[in-house]
Amino acid sequence: MSCVLRLGAARIAFEVRSYFRQGDSVFFTFLFPVMILLIFAVAFDSQTFGPPGEEVDAAQFYLPAMLAAGVLLSGLQNMSIDIAMERSDGTLKRLGGTPLSPVSYFIGKLGQVLVTGFLQSLLLIVVAAVFFGVPLPTEPERWLTFAWVFLLGVTTCAILGIGLSALPRTGRSATGVVIPIVLLLQFISGVYINFAALPEWLQNVASVFPLKWLAQGFRSVFLPEGFAAGEPSGSWDHPLILLVTSLWLVVGLAVVGLTFRWIRKDA
Amino acid sequence: MSENVVEVENLRKTYRGGLEALRGVGFDIRRGETFALLGPNGAGKSTVIEILEGYRDRTSGEVRVLGVDPRRGGLDWKARLGIVLQNTGEAPTASVRELLAHFASFYPHPRNVDEVIAAVGLSEKAKVSVRKLSGGQRRRVDVALGIVGRPELLFLDEPTTGFDPEVRRQFWDLIRELQGEGTTILLTTHYLDEAAELAERAAILVGGQMASVGRIDELGGPEARVPLVRWREGGDVREERTQDPGAVVAALHARLGEPERLEVVRPSLEDVYLSFLGDEARRITAAGGVA
Repeated sequence: MSCVLRLGAARIAFEVRSYFRQGDSVFFTFLFPVMILLIFAVAFDSQTFGPPGEEVDAAQFYLPAMLAAGVLLSGLQNMSIDIAMERSDGTLKRLGGTPLSPVSYFIGKLGQVLVTGFLQSLLLIVVAAVFFGVPLPTEPERWLTFAWVFLLGVTTCAILGIGLSALPRTGRSATGVVIPIVLLLQFISGVYINFAALPEWLQNVASVFPLKWLAQGFRSVFLPEGFAAGEPSGSWDHPLILLVTSLWLVVGLAVVGLTFRWIRKDA
Repeated sequence: MSENVVEVENLRKTYRGGLEALRGVGFDIRRGETFALLGPNGAGKSTVIEILEGYRDRTSGEVRVLGVDPRRGGLDWKARLGIVLQNTGEAPTASVRELLAHFASFYPHPRNVDEVIAAVGLSEKAKVSVRKLSGGQRRRVDVALGIVGRPELLFLDEPTTGFDPEVRRQFWDLIRELQGEGTTILLTTHYLDEAAELAERAAILVGGQMASVGRIDELGGPEARVPLVRWREGGDVREERTQDPGAVVAALHARLGEPERLEVVRPSLEDVYLSFLGDEARRITAAGGVA
């Protein structure tokens, strides 16, 4: 077991280094939420959001949404496409011929997502605070909420991403399979569109998936307390966020455990 | 304890869709031996090697690799293997040295990374990204990755494709060093001189079946090895197959004096190999197959 963890650590270093050497495609995923935040903050500059007396500007309103989007992109989208490509281009076949445990491989991927997702979130928060003067919470409890929502969200999305990587039959088709799923989830989960503005039935559909809950969790960190009344239940529902996301994590782990193969055995 | 590192018996593989890739293949590889698997494209060489490596499941038959059924080979088993796949795959962004050091860390008793890099002749490229190497250089990285774990059994699936002649010779030297250390090697190659140079025994695989198996210099049996005497007489090239080339040459000399363009040819591995493919082509034609 210690060997599995030691190699997992070695994989994290290797994966993070590789991530930042990729340039182009991966970097786009990395900067995408920041770019969307910039566009929304500028485009809706004249509008305010939220209940009377606690209005916030567009940058503050969209910061939690983009944090949730970043977790989804870094975790689920990046991971599933990355692994589908690695399966397709022979990287996994090569690893599968070595005594590397798949668990160490997963630890490496998870570590890469945690590191890159954390840097991405940090960049989002810094840009929001420095360029748009978004007030950051000062209460330690709020940062504690941020920490667990982030960690649970990234882990869940990454594990689901590993599970989803089995779906595309080739690396080429991976983007075509994964991106529509990710886009759809973002639209119904209150990332681009104010969740309160969606019809109730769509809110209910979105509530099945973890992204809606992650976005809600980040809202509870960065938006004034009065916004809780705007949520479907009228509160931040932290226990439900924990419950739904954890359930998806468990489901994801089961799926990965049952379906992950180094290569497709077409036989 | 068995001294056979690889044991294959009546191995069959039918792919989904009905293609019979292997139709009863059997051979053993002894400890410390280099064994070549020869055959044309589509003969089933890679299917055999991938079943032995644990990548593919077999339809039926018995397979033991280092005493273990590859279907149940765990990480400890994989630690004793070295695998050089036929297809290189995508080149990583890591440098040669980074990649090798990383793979070395997977194994309990890895070789010295810089020595391995030197052995494949990439010392000057050690700090260069694998992505920036030429095709032949990447292939050498593949070979380096296959041996860095100090394998007991090394699979080499067409390792020298894309090598220029000089690099191929260097590769042969490297393989001889591994042989000297007692490494057992299973080699597939299209270069018969390579098989003759490196392997003690070989199997010729044609159409998913064993056409012949044995020592390189005995493949095909004695009849395939009958020497050929060739000379020129009256403007024509004459040939005679004979077990007693000396007697034929003596008779020629008595009859003609010094024969013009005299040659005594012993069929090379390549001649024997091609005669098997010829037999197979005739069988297909006789069976009313491809016209």
